[in-house]
Amino acid sequence: MRTKLDRRPPASAPEARGFRKAILLVERGTKEAIWDCRMCGQCILHSTGLSCPMRCPKSLRNGPCGGVLQNGNCEVLPDQPCVWVQAWEGSRRLPLWRDHMEHVQKPVDWRLQETSSWENLLTGRDRHTPAGWLAVGEDRER
Amino acid sequence: MNGHPPRSHLHRLLASGQFVVTAELQATDSPDPESVYRLADLLRGSVDAVNCTDNSAAHPHISPLAAAHLLLDRGVEPIVQLACRDRNRLALQADLVGSVALGARNVCLMTGDDVTAGDHPEAKPIYDIDAVHAIQIARIMRDQGMYVSGRRLDETLPVFIGAVENPFAPPHDFRPMRLGKKIEAGAEFVQTQIVFNLPTMRLFMARCEELGLLDRVFILPSVYVCRSAGSARYLRDMVPGIDVPEPIIDRMEGVPSDRQADEGIRIGLEIVEELREMRGVAGVHLISIRGDESIVRLVEEAGLLPRPAAVEAAPAG
Repeated sequence: MRTKLDRRPPASAPEARGFRKAILLVERGTKEAIWDCRMCGQCILHSTGLSCPMRCPKSLRNGPCGGVLQNGNCEVLPDQPCVWVQAWEGSRRLPLWRDHMEHVQKPVDWRLQETSSWENLLTGRDRHTPAGWLAVGEDRER
Repeated sequence: MNGHPPRSHLHRLLASGQFVVTAELQATDSPDPESVYRLADLLRGSVDAVNCTDNSAAHPHISPLAAAHLLLDRGVEPIVQLACRDRNRLALQADLVGSVALGARNVCLMTGDDVTAGDHPEAKPIYDIDAVHAIQIARIMRDQGMYVSGRRLDETLPVFIGAVENPFAPPHDFRPMRLGKKIEAGAEFVQTQIVFNLPTMRLFMARCEELGLLDRVFILPSVYVCRSAGSARYLRDMVPGIDVPEPIIDRMEGVPSDRQADEGIRIGLEIVEELREMRGVAGVHLISIRGDESIVRLVEEAGLLPRPAAVEAAPAG
């Protein structure tokens, strides 16, 4: 399951086996088929109109770049619609989470690539946020 | 805005309500400092600050930090552009500290044109973080005096944080909200994509006003000074995300080539005049391709001279 680009030390991210492997395979099988999921391990699909932001060639997590073509297609892949145009349209159709498009999403934890976001949600691994990033959040709430 | 004391000349001018003029430095490919000095001498006194682009259009040029340093040598206030295409979060933070240490306290943070748009399409782009992340990281360094990891800087970073936004690219309805996200993350000023389409720009500004953004950020729309019909067509056909309406192309093509530069300045002047009337527009950002003389002429003909004198370097801290 580990990819060549995965640089995690084995101790911090043991290869999924048994039940954990089953979760990973079910998540990947369903989400790849439905949303072309890229298994970033920290899923925010519901906040992005059910359009996977990791399909964006620039891996943008907070909205489209300025290069979107006038026909709504991607600057990098001009034959394909911009992931974020789809996210915006998708978010308007959602009964919940519409306002999540306005939320500032934290930077990607690249160590979680190819892991199960479901497992990471249950274990809280996807909630790991750099201390400096959290400091601004606390500032804002004051 | 934000109640901070001004951190740069540009910040001081904007905070005082002056209509500001910035320009884009023609990125050079020369190791000779004179190449930047010549442009600095040309622009000094005509504009308040000058953007040092970061491998613009994904073509390598002189580093923005080096160009900024050379501008400072000649008494020109720089705005250092930093793109996420070529740097991960470590490199970004290193460049932010370095930029301020050199005396370049204005930064403009963006995702960047993709490598496929440039002359090294086979390169590995970075995109570790996006522009909103970059802005918030700069804000963490400015307000908390720490890196995003939480490790402390020796002191807080007196940086004036800029962003970009493109009102002319889909999804149009989301663009004002996206600017709102950048403000939420920490952007204090924003330079927009080049404005030709004034009705779309007016809609964008009206929507920003509805969202309450106009009092939270200084907006500097970009104005392009066409030197020829060819340069207008180049923008339309070669640069992703720019909306050049046909009437502009027709106007440029409608005059003989020796008078096209004048027509380009006339179009630029008309757009500047319209922008000055829009609520929430804090200034303009002027762009040309190898047309720095045209920028100087436009500033003069728009009645934007003299520019307020730059005071001596801002006190440290």
